[in-house]
Amino acid sequence: MAVPRPSAGDMVLIAPTQRGGKWFFLTVCALLGVVGFAVYAWLTQLQVGLGVTGMNRPVVWGFYITNFVFFIGISHAGTLISAILRLCNAEWRRPITRCAEVITVVVLFIGVGNVVMDLGRPDRVLFVLKHGHLRSPLLWDVMSVTTYLICSSIYLYLPLIPDIAILRDHGSKRRWLYRVLALGWQGTERQRRVLEILIGIMAVIVIPVAVSVHTVVSWVFGMTVQPMWHSTIFGPYFVCGAIFSGIAALIITMAVLRRAYGLHEYLKPIHFNYLGILLLVMTLLWFYFTFAEHLTTYYGGDPHHMAVFWEKVTGRYAAFFWAMVVTCFVIPMAILSRAKTRTVAGTVVASASVTVGMWLERFTIVVPTLVNPRLPYERGFYAPTWVEWALMAGCFAAFALAYVIFSKLFPIISVWEVEEGREAGFEEALERIKGYLPPAESAAKP
Amino acid sequence: MPLWGMVIDLDKCTGCQACVVACKAENDVPFSSPELSAAGRKMSWMEVITEIEGEFPDVRMRYIPRPCMHCDRPPCTKVCPTKATYRSWENGIVGQIYPRCIGCRYCMNNCPYTVKYFNFFAPEWPDEMKECLNPEVSLRPKGVVEKCTFCDHRLIRAKEQARAEGRELQDGEYMPACAAVCPTRAIEFGDLEDPTSRVARARESARAFRLMEELGVEPKVYYLREGEWYGGSKA
Repeated sequence: MAVPRPSAGDMVLIAPTQRGGKWFFLTVCALLGVVGFAVYAWLTQLQVGLGVTGMNRPVVWGFYITNFVFFIGISHAGTLISAILRLCNAEWRRPITRCAEVITVVVLFIGVGNVVMDLGRPDRVLFVLKHGHLRSPLLWDVMSVTTYLICSSIYLYLPLIPDIAILRDHGSKRRWLYRVLALGWQGTERQRRVLEILIGIMAVIVIPVAVSVHTVVSWVFGMTVQPMWHSTIFGPYFVCGAIFSGIAALIITMAVLRRAYGLHEYLKPIHFNYLGILLLVMTLLWFYFTFAEHLTTYYGGDPHHMAVFWEKVTGRYAAFFWAMVVTCFVIPMAILSRAKTRTVAGTVVASASVTVGMWLERFTIVVPTLVNPRLPYERGFYAPTWVEWALMAGCFAAFALAYVIFSKLFPIISVWEVEEGREAGFEEALERIKGYLPPAESAAKP
Repeated sequence: MPLWGMVIDLDKCTGCQACVVACKAENDVPFSSPELSAAGRKMSWMEVITEIEGEFPDVRMRYIPRPCMHCDRPPCTKVCPTKATYRSWENGIVGQIYPRCIGCRYCMNNCPYTVKYFNFFAPEWPDEMKECLNPEVSLRPKGVVEKCTFCDHRLIRAKEQARAEGRELQDGEYMPACAAVCPTRAIEFGDLEDPTSRVARARESARAFRLMEELGVEPKVYYLREGEWYGGSKA
């Protein structure tokens, strides 16, 4: 028995898994080149020591920790947004949940990788399990990121099963792999019900886990006594920034997929418009948090905090700070607040700006505080070296590479969910709207 | 239980840096060059912070020797993910277990006094020096954090000596290298819990203060404010 063949139109969704193509090959080669160079840089760092980076005393954290916070932030694109949209029964979610969830799983690995790169002794990384110290916020991070990685992998895999079964029965390549991964899916009534329940449970679990992850990441800074890190607002501020950058990353990824695989019929301007509105909401929320944080610091006027404050606003890191304000607020605000510019191209430009801006935000949180520690005699400066640039480029390339390979192995848009939307979602949505309203006769009565 | 602490009299400090040199020699801390120092890779568990006040011709130099404060409530030990840095319950000394440190440098970030050092490179010494390294301290590999230990290997030695002679440890018997070498005896060291010790009496001075006491980390290094030497009014 085989699962039913998808409609002729939907075959475009599984087409990328069935053929290679020149562009795929070239992309993979180019990305492998960048990753290879990053590996060389990392080997150099292992050989010589962290002295090959721009880090020093007192600026002992730099690009790697910035990237760690940034990538973990991006991971909120997927699972969290997808779970919220699923729970809200937002019908427009169907073509975008999968591509969002893949982002999460891939960038989590890259985020964790950045911490390992940052360690002076990466060979001892498992000491956090062997000698784990529960009072350390870094250990909280280890626990919450691991939980998140497991949950979001399951959450990615579950809705993938029916699509893997389609590839098993109607594809021509790698059928042995799909046979194993499909877990004997036949699309029976009972199987569907179980799957639905499981997806529902995971969607609920994943939300608090995702919120906890970025809260704990912020606490790595917030729990210290250092000026402008020791702040109670950091938990929600980081979660807000994470969702903000996550949506931006999702919009960019969707636009690339749309172009590369010709998915114009699935990822429509309306999806970009809706996500653009979500991004606009986050833009405002981000501005609110940033404003509240800096005004409180300025008004309080504690000299240790003010040293960091001025370093950011008028000092050596002012260019980064103001670039962040422009890219995180001015540009997305100008583009997204008008329906006319909230097009595919418009939202992509706004998203690219937000992605850059959120990286700058992470950087201006990590570095200026370390440059101005409390003991006023120690002063430093930080500028990255080629090793740090190479590893950062390698991270982005590794993300793209893993994403491209995933999209070649599995349909990047959920085939069965789109189908289900056409068959059942339509009726369901109509019923739901009817449910919101009083019947016409009774409404007329007093 | 003894609680080892230090009192540094800033009136007596001449800024001669003997404590810095003694510390380096005692603890096998590698040398650094002006270039390394400018790049922020210098290692110096004991450092003399210099501050220049006023303008020519009315210039005043102030010196503040700065070891690890050995906080009684250390912020650095709290955040270590592997318990590689700890406060000894036996004597209050804050130490670092080099073979357990993963080099995440979180403790360095949470030290308000910036007294912890990271091995950005593998340590190196000139050939002549290699023969003279102190065998009583462990050498640190690249990639781990290190710090002032109040020369706790000297404590072990002094305790063993006392036990062999069947007596209690005397005040002044255990001295870190910096305190032992100071030519003006600006650095007093001893048991803060013992009210008769020199260090406990010295910290009773009205001039006594601690750096950034307001953070509540309870540093065990006290300073005696400059004052008497300058007649008190100017300080």
